[in-house]
Amino acid sequence: MNELVHKKLKILSDAAKYDVSCASSGSSRANSSKGIGNGFAAGICHSFTDDGRCVSLFKILMTNNCIYDCAYCINRRTNDRPRATFTPQEIVDLTIGFYRRNYIEGLFLSSGVIKNPDYTMERMVQVAKKLRNEENYNGYIHLKAIPGASSELIHEAGIWADRLSVNMEIPTEPNLKKLAPEKSYPDIVKPMGQIRDSILVAKEERGKYRKAPRFAPAGQSTQLIVGATPETDRQIILLSSGLYKKQHLKRVYFSGYLPVNSYDKRLPALNRPPLVRENRLYQSDWLMRFYHFRAEEILSEDQPFLDLDVDPKLGFALRNLQLFPVDINRADYEMILRVPGIGIQSAQKIVLARKHRRLNSMHLKKLGVVLKRARYFITCNELPPAGLGWEPQRLKHKLLGEMNSKYKKSLDTQLKLFADYKPVVPTLH
Amino acid sequence: MKIYTYDNTFEGFLTCVFDCYSRKDFPVDICSRFGEQRYLFVESIDVPSNPKKAERVWKGIQKHLSGKNKQLLFYAYLSEELGIEMKIYRFLRRMFSGHLNLETDYGDPDVLSLTQSSQKVKKEAMRLMQFVRFQRTKDHMYFCGIEPKYDVLPLILNHYHKRFTDQKWLIYDLRRNYGVYYGKDKVEEVVLTKKQFNTYNGQVKQALLAEGEDFYQKLWRSYFKHINIEERKNLKLQRQHMPRRFWQYLPEKQHEI
Repeated sequence: MNELVHKKLKILSDAAKYDVSCASSGSSRANSSKGIGNGFAAGICHSFTDDGRCVSLFKILMTNNCIYDCAYCINRRTNDRPRATFTPQEIVDLTIGFYRRNYIEGLFLSSGVIKNPDYTMERMVQVAKKLRNEENYNGYIHLKAIPGASSELIHEAGIWADRLSVNMEIPTEPNLKKLAPEKSYPDIVKPMGQIRDSILVAKEERGKYRKAPRFAPAGQSTQLIVGATPETDRQIILLSSGLYKKQHLKRVYFSGYLPVNSYDKRLPALNRPPLVRENRLYQSDWLMRFYHFRAEEILSEDQPFLDLDVDPKLGFALRNLQLFPVDINRADYEMILRVPGIGIQSAQKIVLARKHRRLNSMHLKKLGVVLKRARYFITCNELPPAGLGWEPQRLKHKLLGEMNSKYKKSLDTQLKLFADYKPVVPTLH
Repeated sequence: MKIYTYDNTFEGFLTCVFDCYSRKDFPVDICSRFGEQRYLFVESIDVPSNPKKAERVWKGIQKHLSGKNKQLLFYAYLSEELGIEMKIYRFLRRMFSGHLNLETDYGDPDVLSLTQSSQKVKKEAMRLMQFVRFQRTKDHMYFCGIEPKYDVLPLILNHYHKRFTDQKWLIYDLRRNYGVYYGKDKVEEVVLTKKQFNTYNGQVKQALLAEGEDFYQKLWRSYFKHINIEERKNLKLQRQHMPRRFWQYLPEKQHEI
C-alpha cells in the first residue's frame, strides 16, 4: 500500500462511478470457520455519497484502458484521460482492508477491455479466485462479464462470484451498432443465456446434493442507458420485462444518460441527466417486480412514454377508473396493491388485519395508507366512494394540486393547452 | 390502584407479568423503579427480578407468537418508549386469554404501536450494521465506538460474530457505557474503565492506532469522494439514508465536520 495505489484508486473509482448497480443482496453465503465475511441476504448499504446513491460494494474498474470506442462511454480509447491499471493483488488488498473495517459489503469489479476480452476476463476471475482461496473471503463479489469472453471463463467467474452482470447499455440493436460499432448484440445476449442456464443447473443440483458448487447464487443483472438513444419508454419496459421473464434477471438497472462525451455528434445534447424519466422507469420496474403488474398494463400501445407528472401506478388507475372503487374489506390482495397510495407493506397489513375486524379509514391512516390519494379509489366501512363520477383528467389535476412531489419544481402542473403534447425525442445523426 | 415497579430489565418486566397473574392483579401501570415518580396515592409493589418466573412467561410467549414475530415483544420493549410496558401487558392479557394470531390485529392501537416500536428498533439495529466503522489498533484489534438510539448491541453481535471470525473486534456503546468484545473465541460483554478513545466520536488515540490505519482512512475518503457523480447531487436523499447523528463516526465524513 503506497501513494501509487492511492493515485490509481482515484482514477479508477472516478471511472467506475457510471455503473449503477450496487446491490449486495440475494446471497447468503456462510462464513467458513476461520474465514472472513459472509453474505447478508437483504444486502447492506454502508455509506451514501453526496448524490444520494449507496456505497454497498467497493465499486472499481480493474483498468480504464480500453480497446473499444463506444460513444457513450467516458473510458473510450479516443478520450484523453489519465489511465491506470490495478494488479489483481492490489485489488485484493484494498478489498480485504476495507472489508475488515466494515466500510464495504463486498467487491464490484468491472473493467475496460485490454488486449482482448479473454485476457481481461481472466485477470478479473483471478481477483475473485485469490479472494476466495488465498484470503478465505466469503463476502459478496459482483463480477462484470466482458462481452465476447469465452464461455469457460464466464463459467469460472460464476463459480467464484455471487452475482454476474452483462451490461446491455443500449436497448436496441441498430442503435448499439451506431454508437458502439465494435460491439455486437449477440456478444451480449450469448453470455446472458449461458449464465441463466448455469444458474438453473446449479440450483437443481444443489437441490439434490447439499455440497454441489454454487453458481452466481445472487443471480445476474444488467444496465440500460436511458436518454442517449431515441427508444421509447414502452420499448424499454417491454425489453426489461422480457429480460426478467426469459433471462431470469434479478435486476435491470436504468442509468439516466449523462453527457460525458459532448463532442460526439451521434449523441443528444442534454443540460441535465433525465432524472425524472429514470425515476418513472424505476417505478414501473417496481410495479412489475413487486406489484404484479404486466408490462402491457403500464403503457398501452398508443402510449409510447410514461407520464412525467404522475407515477405509473396512479397513471394506470386514472386510465382504468372502471376498476375502482376497491372495497378494502373484501377485495383481493392483488387489487388492493393497485390502489394508488397503498404500498406493499400497508397492503399486507390490511389483508392480515381485516381478519380480526372491519377496517375503517382511521385504521387505514394509522397503517400508513396515503389517504389523500387513496380515498378516490377505495371504499371501506364508512368511507363513501369519493372516486365516483370523476373525469380522469380532472381527478389527475386535483391530485397533482394536492401532491407534494419532489419534482414539483421541475414539473408543470398547470392544465396543458396541448393535451397531446409529446416529449422531444433526441434524434440520431 | 396498584402500580408494579421493576429493575428496568426485560427479565424484571417478565417477572412483573408473572406476579400480576399469580396475584390475580391488573395494575394501572408497570414502570421502572429508577424512573421519576409519576403517581400519587397509589400502592406501589416492587418486584425483584426472578429468572425462573421470567423464563416461564417467555416460554408462554414463544408458544403463542408465530414464526417471524417471536421477538416482537422484546424488540418493542427495547424501544424504551414511555408506557411500552402496559402496552405489552395488555397485549399479553389478550393473547393468553386465547386470542389467536393477535400480532396481526393491526386495527388495534396497542398491536399497531407495538409493531411500529419494534420496527424502529429493528431499523436502528440495521443502521448499526451499516455504519459501524472499525479502526485498527496497535494490538491488532478492530475498535468502533458508536451511540445507537436504542440498546441494540445484543441484536447485532451475532451478525458481526458470523462475519469477522479471524479478527479481534470491540463495538462500544458510548452512551450506555458497555461494549461487546470478540477475542477470536467467544463474544463477551465488557465495560471499559480507562478509556483510550474520544467518548464523543469514538476516535482512538493517535498513539494507539496501528501503522497504516490513517492511510486506509485516507484511501477510503478519496474513494468516497471520487465515486460521487457531481451532476446528480442530492444531499437530502443522502441525509435521509444516512442520518446526521452518525456522521461523527464515519471516516468518510470527517473532513467536512
